[in-house]
Parts: sequence; C-alpha cells; structure tokens
Amino acid sequence: MATTSPTARPEGFFADRFGLTPARLEALVGSAARRVDYADVFIEYQVAEELVLEDGVVKRASRSITQGGGIRAQSGVRTGYAYTDDLDLGHLETAARQACTIAEHPGESAVVAVHTTPRPHDLYRVPETPLDAALDAKVGLLRRVDRLARSRDPRVRQVIATLASEEQTVLIATATGWQLADVRPLTRLNVTVIVEEGGQREIGTFGGGGRVAFDFFLQEERWSRFAREAVRQAIVKLGAVPAPAGTMTVVLAPGWPGILLHEAVGHGLEGDFNRKGVSAFTGRLGERVASELVTVVDDGTVPGRRGSLNVDDEGTPTSRTVLIENGVLTGYMQDRLNSRLLGMPLTGNGRRESFQHPPMPRMTNTFMLAGQEAPEDIVRSVARGLYAVSFGGGQVDITNGKFVFSASEAYLIEGGRITAPVKGATLIGSGPDVLTRVSRVGHDLRLDEGIGTCGKDGQSVPVGVGLPTIRVDGITVGGTEV
Amino acid sequence: MAAPGWNGAAGGPDADVLERLDDLLRRADAAGAVEADTFLVQEELQTVQVRLGTVESLKHARENRCSLRIFTATGSASATTSDLSPGALARLVDETVRLARVAERDEHSGLPDPGTLGAAAPVELDLWDDAAAKLPPETKIEWARRAEAAALEADPRVRNSEGAEFYDRRAQVAYASSGGFRGRFRVSSFALSVTPVAVDDGHMERDYWYTSARHLADLESPEAVGREAARRAVRRLGARKGRTTEVPVVFDPETAASLVRSLAVAVSGPSLYRGTSFLIGQRERRVGSDLVTIVDDPLMVRGLGSRPFDGEGIPSRRTVVVDRGMLRNYLLDTYSARRLGLEATGHAAREDGGGITVGYTNLYLEPGSWAPEDIVGSVDRGLYVTELIGFGVNFTTGDYSRGAVGFWIEEGELTYPVEEITVAGNLRQMLQDVEMVGRDLAFRDQTAAPTVKIARMTVAGQ
Repeated sequence: MATTSPTARPEGFFADRFGLTPARLEALVGSAARRVDYADVFIEYQVAEELVLEDGVVKRASRSITQGGGIRAQSGVRTGYAYTDDLDLGHLETAARQACTIAEHPGESAVVAVHTTPRPHDLYRVPETPLDAALDAKVGLLRRVDRLARSRDPRVRQVIATLASEEQTVLIATATGWQLADVRPLTRLNVTVIVEEGGQREIGTFGGGGRVAFDFFLQEERWSRFAREAVRQAIVKLGAVPAPAGTMTVVLAPGWPGILLHEAVGHGLEGDFNRKGVSAFTGRLGERVASELVTVVDDGTVPGRRGSLNVDDEGTPTSRTVLIENGVLTGYMQDRLNSRLLGMPLTGNGRRESFQHPPMPRMTNTFMLAGQEAPEDIVRSVARGLYAVSFGGGQVDITNGKFVFSASEAYLIEGGRITAPVKGATLIGSGPDVLTRVSRVGHDLRLDEGIGTCGKDGQSVPVGVGLPTIRVDGITVGGTEV
Repeated sequence: MAAPGWNGAAGGPDADVLERLDDLLRRADAAGAVEADTFLVQEELQTVQVRLGTVESLKHARENRCSLRIFTATGSASATTSDLSPGALARLVDETVRLARVAERDEHSGLPDPGTLGAAAPVELDLWDDAAAKLPPETKIEWARRAEAAALEADPRVRNSEGAEFYDRRAQVAYASSGGFRGRFRVSSFALSVTPVAVDDGHMERDYWYTSARHLADLESPEAVGREAARRAVRRLGARKGRTTEVPVVFDPETAASLVRSLAVAVSGPSLYRGTSFLIGQRERRVGSDLVTIVDDPLMVRGLGSRPFDGEGIPSRRTVVVDRGMLRNYLLDTYSARRLGLEATGHAAREDGGGITVGYTNLYLEPGSWAPEDIVGSVDRGLYVTELIGFGVNFTTGDYSRGAVGFWIEEGELTYPVEEITVAGNLRQMLQDVEMVGRDLAFRDQTAAPTVKIARMTVAGQ
C-alpha cells in the first residue's frame, strides 16, 4: 500500500500526510477561539470499500476516499461551521475564519475545554483492519455465501451478498490544546435472497458486523448463519398470511427488535430536542415513562460493536448512560453544545456523519436490560397477538412521540403458541406511552448483529440496538385483515 | 487549486475541468483499462438555520467528488475521491484497477453504445441562476427569519419552532468517457423551509413547509411558506387515534407523490433484473386504472431534477412510465437495459462509490379533472392522508403498510385530525383502485402528484 497506515500511529497520520502537526492545529483553532466561546476542528480521512456479488459472481467493486476538515466556532447558541475537502492548511484557515465570522459576537472568553486522556477506551483493536484484509479472501467469502444460500433450497432464485469495509481516521483538536485521534474500523456482511414459488416471489435479508476484523465473519460460522437466516426468512414469507389490523398484544423477540427503543424513546431523549422543548419527553426527567420492569441504557463502550466509539466526534469519551431506570426517566444524551446550554453532563453522544457535518446528540448502542422471565413463558402468556422477530426500518415524530417500525418477519400467537407467519406490517405507537405497556421482560437480552444505520437531519451514523424478549400490551399493527 | 473555478472574474465554469477528466481517462488507459468513464461534481453550498429569531448555525462548504469507472478485459470497478491532486488521482486509478481484478464483468457490462450518445439536450434547461453567487448571507438569514416569524405570528397556538432553514447550492457537473463523450453543465438550487410547533392542552404537534427552485426568483415568499407551515401544524392539534376499518383513502399531493416514488423503485432497472420488483414482466400490461399516467421528464425548464444528460452521458429525454394504466417503460441505465433486452432510457445516476444506479429526474403523476374538494366530497366515510412515516413497503411483493397522519372524512367533509394509525394494502391493487385524480398538480420537488383517491384500503387504529 502506498499510503501510511493510520492504525500504527493515528496521532501522526495527519502530520505525516498533510503536514497538519499538533502545533499547526493548535495555532489554527487557537486563532479562532480568541474570538468566540468555543472552537474545535475535526479532521477526517475515510476509506470505504464495497464488494457486491450477484448472479453468483462479484460484479461490483467500489472504493471511495473522503477527506476533509470541519471547523466549528460557537458563541451562545450560535454555531458557525465551515468545512473544506482540501486538507491544505491554508484552506483550513479560510474555513476557520468563516466559522468565526458566522458565530462571532463580543463578550465571553473561551471556555476551558475538558482535558481528556487520549483514547480512554480501546474498544476495537483489530490485528488487521477489515479494509486491509486480502481482496481474494473477501471475494471467496461472498462466493461461499452464494453457494450455501443456493444449496439450501431450490426455490432460491437470486443471492445478493454485499461486503462493506471501511476505516475512518479522525483527529479532533480544541482551542485549549488537547488533541485526540481515533481510527475506527467498521465492516458489514449483508445477504439478500430472492425466492420464487409458483410465480410468487419473496425477499429475505440478514446480515451483521461491527468494529471488527474480517475474520469476524469466519468465526462461529457467522457467514453461514447469515446466509441460512436470509433463506429461511424468505421461505417463511412465501407462506405468510395477511397480517391482522388493529391494536393487540405484541411480543418482541430479542435483539434487533430493540429498534423499538431507538424510535420510541431514544430520539426523544437526545439533548437538542429537549433544549428546544420540542420533544414529547421535554421536562419529564424524574417522571415515570415506562413500566417498572423497564431499564434502558445507551452504551457506547461495548467492545467491537457497530455503535461503539472510543470517543465521540467531539473527543468526549463515550459512556454508559442510563436513560430510563425501573421506569423512571433519568437521563438525556448530550453533545457539548446542548450539555452546556442545558447545564447537564456530557455523555459522549456528540456524533457526526463526516467532516461535512457539525455534531449533534446521537445514540450509540441503545438497549433494554434483561428481566427475569423465560421467553417461552412470555409467549405462552398471550391468548391472541403478534410475535415479531425481525424488522426493517423505523421512524419517529419527536414532537408528538408517534413512532413506527416495520416487521419483516412476524407470526400470529394463538392460545399461547406461535402459529402462522404473517406478511410484513408496520407497527405504530406513541413513545411516551408504549413502554408503560411493557408487562413482561425476558432474561434473554441480546444485542443486534450489527446492521443499524440511523438517519437524523440528513446525517447517517452506525448504531446498535438490543432487547430481551418483551411483551407489550397494545401496539397498533398495520395489517390488512380487519 | 481544487475549488470550483467559477468564482473568478470571468464568472464561467472551470474551463480546465474536461481536460482534467481527459487526463484521468488517459491514466486509466495506460493502467490497462479497455473502457473508462469519469464523472465530476464540484459544488459549493451554504445552509443558514434560524431558530426563534436567532441564527443557530451557518454552514459553508466546498466539495469535489470525482468518480472513475473502468472496464478491463475481464473485470470492472469504480472509485471516488474528493482529493483532485495529481497524486490522489494516480492512486484512484491504481485502486480501481486493483479492484477490477476481483470483480468480473459480463457480456452486458460496459459503456453505452456509441449510437446512444449524442449532443446535449435540444432545449435550454435554464438550470443556473447567476444570483446564486451574489446572494449575501444576510439576505438568507433575513429570509429564514421572515419565514419563521410568519409561522409564529400566524396563530397564537404556534408557540415554538424547530427553526427555519435557507439552503443554496451551486454545482458544476462534468462527464467524460473513453467512448468520446464530453459534457458539462451547471445547476443552482435554493430552498427555504420552516418547522413550527403548535401547542394546545400540553400536546405538541410539528409540521413543516418549504419552497425550492433552480432560480431564486421562483421561490415562494418567506411569509407564504411560514403561514402554510403554521396552518399545517395547527390543524393537527387535537388528533385522535382512528378506528380499524376498510375505507376509501384520499392522499393529498405531498403523500400522493410518495406513492409515485414507491412506484419508481419498482420500475427501476436493477429492481427488475435482480427480481426485487412486483412489476417484473408487466411491461405493456395494465398495471393501474386508466386515470394513472406517470411521466419522468428530465427536460423540464428550470426543473429541480432536470439535466441535459445522465450519469453515463446519454442525452435526456422524456419517458412515459405508465400511460393510462398501461406500463410502457421502465427506468433503465445501460447495464440494466441490456440485461432486460431493452433500450437504455437515460436514467443512470452515479452512486457514492462511483458505480451506476438508476434515478428518476422529474417524476410525476399527470393531473386528472377533479377539484381536490370534490374528491374529498365524494367520500362518505374515509381517510384523508397528509403525512406518511416509516418504510413499510415491500417492493418485491407490493405489500404496503405505513404510518399515517391526516383527517377523518365524514359525509364529504374533513372532520377531526387523526394520528397513530396505519394505511395498508398492496401497491398492485392500489394502482388498480385509483378512482379519482385531482387537477391540482404543482411541482414543488423532484416528484409531484395531484390529490389521489384510492377506492379501498385498510386503516388500522384502535
């Protein structure tokens, strides 16, 4: 490789490659900070690679390189943000001047930034980054996925397997002189299968990954489980009956159905919406918002997870924030701006998609802690309802709290038993209300496989979710059968 | 200097840009490419956000995105970079060639046939407004302030705001291929939006409204945008949860446009050859009621999705997708067209990684003859939908189930607002069940539709 490997010495990467030495960055941000309350610079070099197999061969291979720097200057509630994709110091200085002009107002001097030990965590140490793994090995894996999926069932017509690998090197520098670098690997293997029977087609999708090495997919035969699950899901859907319509008891399976938490309460507990007073949870700290069986945390420190970070995109160490404890609302997720304006602690949730965006409060890995019950008993407790195993995307209206998430694999529960698979249906509920209806929580907490991407205000970031089996007494299921 | 070159005294686009792309193609050729093409977007954008009268953020940016796609004797690959320095471009070529060793090409892959390339579009699309370069930030801040102020003043129940935003962008797009095509064009765009929050009895509802245009003078006034945003937020107050039932459903123009976008996924080439569309094998067949005519027109003057040529250099032309219920054309790039044994329609778009996907330009449902109030008037009991949320569309089967916000219709009148409900059906059936189409088509975005009535869908609520 012609490039310097950033992994070896992340702090030196931008100095070696672009001449952005610590002293120069300090001068850059320092000159900006003399004029405003707070200033920082975020410099990024990201390489992403994607290999796509379809029709049995890898047909598409692509690679993208994104580099640039964003400079932020803040005065009061005002944020000036300027960025450039040219990492020449002169361009960064121009960006810094623009950011200051935007945010400038006379008055308060620079706030003292929190001093941090570099990289408080080491959550994704990998022997070889997923990007550097041999291309032949990656192609070989995709071919094995294809062969296995096709061999599972003669009704498999198409297999689309995608392997995405990326590495994001970031350097964050603030006016008070501390600088911090992080190298973040991320990889994901996704398998989509199309099956056909008697003219009817269905689709099944399964995947996973994290901030891990390529070998992750080979360990515990994960690749083969992903392929088998995608086929199984598609075949199940071939036999699905129309989903019921109306409000009913829903049992959510462990793992990825935790997207419920992400939509129903997670976004509503992000600091920006609460500072502005536009969240359905605004002003409700200390109040009961869920059944006492419910404890929800956002934890950016789980090793190797897709939503984990050593530090957030403002250099704050990530942490475990208890959002809801035994049903009581206990915390919000914060970035620097909103933590300062709300007078609340930093939580390490200041994230951004890239240097092209200023940070905002975002989730990391959001999950509900395990309860006491056996999952079988939870299903058995339901006379008539829905058992939802897998979901597509979700969305929430922060202000009125209404959220949706779409089941892609679900079954009827009849007389305490899981029976017929049903077609996909959107589930809709109200965030401040839904967790008060949680009547049983299983002991089987599971985090998702590592597939989530969250979008907010046009910015996408990788996230994780998790859930034990839970019973919710009353969610509206948007099927077609009245 | 990597910045876009039209800031100079001459005011014209970067004259060197095509030479730079030619140079990249020469490097690709030297590295072993049989065919190659390159696509460059250089843009400058600014976003101003105002909340409760105060500037909250102002963002200014310049970016370049250069993509290269190469075909070797046995493989193909693509790559993009934001760094246009000679060293970075040399690395781009090396990386792409390295990737092409593992990605196999088939008999359908490659650049468009030379015969399909041609001169630029026959009409002057008028996509560039010189005002873009001259508009001072103070004016943008003022427009955003005025829009938000109008929303806050429109009704005493509008008591908070997520803010107003003014966005403008200038971009130059250039394309060159080893097949001999070279072209470039400039676009500008402007958008103003506001998101007010209405409060009543401790309950909050937000909504938003926007205006967007290629030319600054075509934007609606900030006051008009603010008042409409306020009207939309206030009318949602007091929403109830509807009952579970099967009724006629009327989609307002904004939500009807989302139905058109769902259809676009199902008629795009990759969905068809991969087998993920419910419209496979339906070309030249009836897929909707005869009130359904859907057109994609990249040649609309000042159109928000207009462009003279697509991401492979194929000149733009109007495509009738559905003609009075008959599916006439898919949206195709060169590869998917060859896979399906059809002609490319000029709908190639470049993906983030530099590869080709399919994208619509200005896609719309042709207006019908009904006044929107007469459509609502025709419904005895039903739902009027003003917002859809979630991703509950299965394009492989057409199964459709989305969260909805709107109004309950009783005896031809909109009555109370409803929320926390879903609307469900199957797109196949919904297209057949289009019973009335309004005459109220307006192009506010890249997709547009008039009011649409669907005879019967399932509404789930209590």
